[in-house]
Amino acid sequence: MLGMAIDKLKNITVALAGNPNSGKTSIFNMLTGAHQHVANYPGTTVENKLGTCTYSDFRITFVDLPGAYGLTTFSEEELVARNFIIDEKPDLVVDVVDASNLERNLYLATQLIEIDVPVVFALNMSDVARQKSIVFDTEQLSRLLEAPIVPTIGNKARGKIALLDAIIGVATSPAGPRTHRITYGDEIEKAITEIEPLIRSEHLDLAAKYGSRWLAVKLLEQDNDILSKIKSQPVLEILNHNVDRLKHLFKDDPEAIIADKRYGFISGACQETVRTTVELRHTASDLADVVLTHRILGLPIFLFLMYFVFQLTFSIAAYPMDWLEQFFGWFSASLASFWPAQSESWLRSILIDGVIPGVGGVLVFLPNILILFLAIAILEDSGYMARAAFIMDKLMHKIGLHGKSFIPMLIGFGCSIPAIMATRILENRRNRLTTIMVLPLMSCGARLTIYGLLIPAFFPHAWRGPVLWLIYLTGIILAVISAKLLRLTIFRGEAVPFVMELPPYRVPTAKSILIHTWQRGWMYLKKAGTIILVCSVILWAAMSYPKPSEKSLTGLTGDEVRSAELANSVIGRIGQTIEPAIRPLGFDWKIGTALIGATAAKELFVSQLGIIYAVSAQDDAATIPTLRSRLQADYSPLVGLCIMLFCLVSFPCVATIAITRQETGSWRWAAFQFLFLTTLAYIVTFVVYQLGSLLL
Amino acid sequence: MEVENTKPLSQVAEGQTVTVAGIQGGRGLRSRLTAMGLLPKIQITVVQNGGRGPFVVSIKNSRMVLGRGVADKIMVLEI
Repeated sequence: MLGMAIDKLKNITVALAGNPNSGKTSIFNMLTGAHQHVANYPGTTVENKLGTCTYSDFRITFVDLPGAYGLTTFSEEELVARNFIIDEKPDLVVDVVDASNLERNLYLATQLIEIDVPVVFALNMSDVARQKSIVFDTEQLSRLLEAPIVPTIGNKARGKIALLDAIIGVATSPAGPRTHRITYGDEIEKAITEIEPLIRSEHLDLAAKYGSRWLAVKLLEQDNDILSKIKSQPVLEILNHNVDRLKHLFKDDPEAIIADKRYGFISGACQETVRTTVELRHTASDLADVVLTHRILGLPIFLFLMYFVFQLTFSIAAYPMDWLEQFFGWFSASLASFWPAQSESWLRSILIDGVIPGVGGVLVFLPNILILFLAIAILEDSGYMARAAFIMDKLMHKIGLHGKSFIPMLIGFGCSIPAIMATRILENRRNRLTTIMVLPLMSCGARLTIYGLLIPAFFPHAWRGPVLWLIYLTGIILAVISAKLLRLTIFRGEAVPFVMELPPYRVPTAKSILIHTWQRGWMYLKKAGTIILVCSVILWAAMSYPKPSEKSLTGLTGDEVRSAELANSVIGRIGQTIEPAIRPLGFDWKIGTALIGATAAKELFVSQLGIIYAVSAQDDAATIPTLRSRLQADYSPLVGLCIMLFCLVSFPCVATIAITRQETGSWRWAAFQFLFLTTLAYIVTFVVYQLGSLLL
Repeated sequence: MEVENTKPLSQVAEGQTVTVAGIQGGRGLRSRLTAMGLLPKIQITVVQNGGRGPFVVSIKNSRMVLGRGVADKIMVLEI
């Protein structure tokens, strides 16, 4: 019966556009609820958010375009948004405008109007506008803009039905061509009448797709994207002739005049229809800013808040994480009991040693990620994130990164997985990629278990603190150098000029934060979870097979059996094969094997080493000291230090690789990160070991 | 666009309101600033301009933070 109902539904596609800070996200959430899905626009790192809503007999697919102030080629996000509207031809665009800042918000609208796509306006934050005593004559404005205007309050979910009604209205009975066109003054209109016919005759296909008038205007604006599509000499000649003429006449670029005319159109429309009575000078928001962005206090307040977020993410998350671990322990044991003890069943093994640790490994991060994103959602929705961005900007700018990069890097000290997901707060693609590449150098919590094993094994008491501190510091220094290097080479690009809107502080609503947070968590589970799981199972197989022959195992104790099995497995053999390659680092096949095994999770390094040395894994308290003494016997403190350096810098765990792949949209970047970090690790460890051997 | 009496926005004191005369920057910067409401003939009020702190301006109903480099390139006329 449900199938029949869906058949009868008509499908419409609606794009959602609007300025950043206009509350577009809350409108999107209001319309689509939990029916959301996030991906990347193919070939870009620009986020593509889709959501659906069923209303009346319509199934509406909403595409949340990136927040933008315009539709120019100067930003990847804006170009992607523009191309989506032109290529995918949605039925209409809902432009979410901030009612308390209408004129500026309408600049984007003028460009939508120029593309000739039907528009519905969501006059959002109408409660704030009312507070500021701004009054709208929505009927008249709607007539002038030739589009329905629906007052909404996104974060309180008000206006949903009215908005949906307007959407259906426009989708089912689209209005005819516009009567109130945006005109650019006599001189520019003259230029357009000269260029338009030539475009139609020389580039018929382009004219059909984009509209000849629109193309002419874009060419006069010297739009890079459109310019690259025009090959015809006559068109270019007449264009250049006109551009020169206009420049000479106005002593300014045609672009500037066109922009001015757009604002003129907006002013004209708003003058009649928007009334502001009160001029509010000092708002509560300003007062808050006096303290929060204070010259001297601003930074410490920020650092304190960051510390708080960090603690929240890792300390509070520790409780549910513990419960999850206990649950999996219990589940694993119960499942194992279905088979007789000492069973050789491969099914049992794959479940107990492969799938459950794999799934467990994924789920264990979930509380962590949810709490972190809850904190980030609060920071963003309240408006504080914008302040945080410029407080850290001066410092981060020196490395070639954006102020906001600080937050994911800080989180990286706990765990790279939520940290890499947190880079979503960075809008610039190059900054984001650079940050993701160097994030693993922020020594994560898992690596701490390795240091915890090795430092007491090799260093006397007084040295332990300093050595640990030295390792963390090395990570930070390498991150700074690598970021600088990457920004000068592969991710080269001018730093985006720092111009950022400061939204007024707002009290975030519980509903919007929770949806935001849940959505991220769900994405993590679905996408990253599957990759992590698959990789874990593969690694498990490589660690367990092939099994050594029965004969070779006779006479060995339980621990020694496991040691031999590991040595004989794929991973063990790889470890032995690469031994010559890692000898210059002071490593042998045992360390090599443990390192490879640690790809599944850095903590595994300790347990892997324990297995190789045939030290029982039954009781941690007993294992570690025993393992330490064995290690002490086999290696020098220099090697111990080198192992830790290698672990610090080298390829991150499988979960990190999976998340990188997901957040960057391709395996290419995940592979690059892997190779980059491993090579760096090799070089650093090589230098330290060789120099150390010479000096000591 | 008169150049004689103009000065960079970065040199305007806190609390002062000025009119934008021109932007001495590349097309990318100009496009960005225009889309955000910062173009010639618009009035800007400097909210915060204290040495090492952030440079904050107010345009009509919105606040913006500008990098020093950007503030240097916006030429303004005192009212």
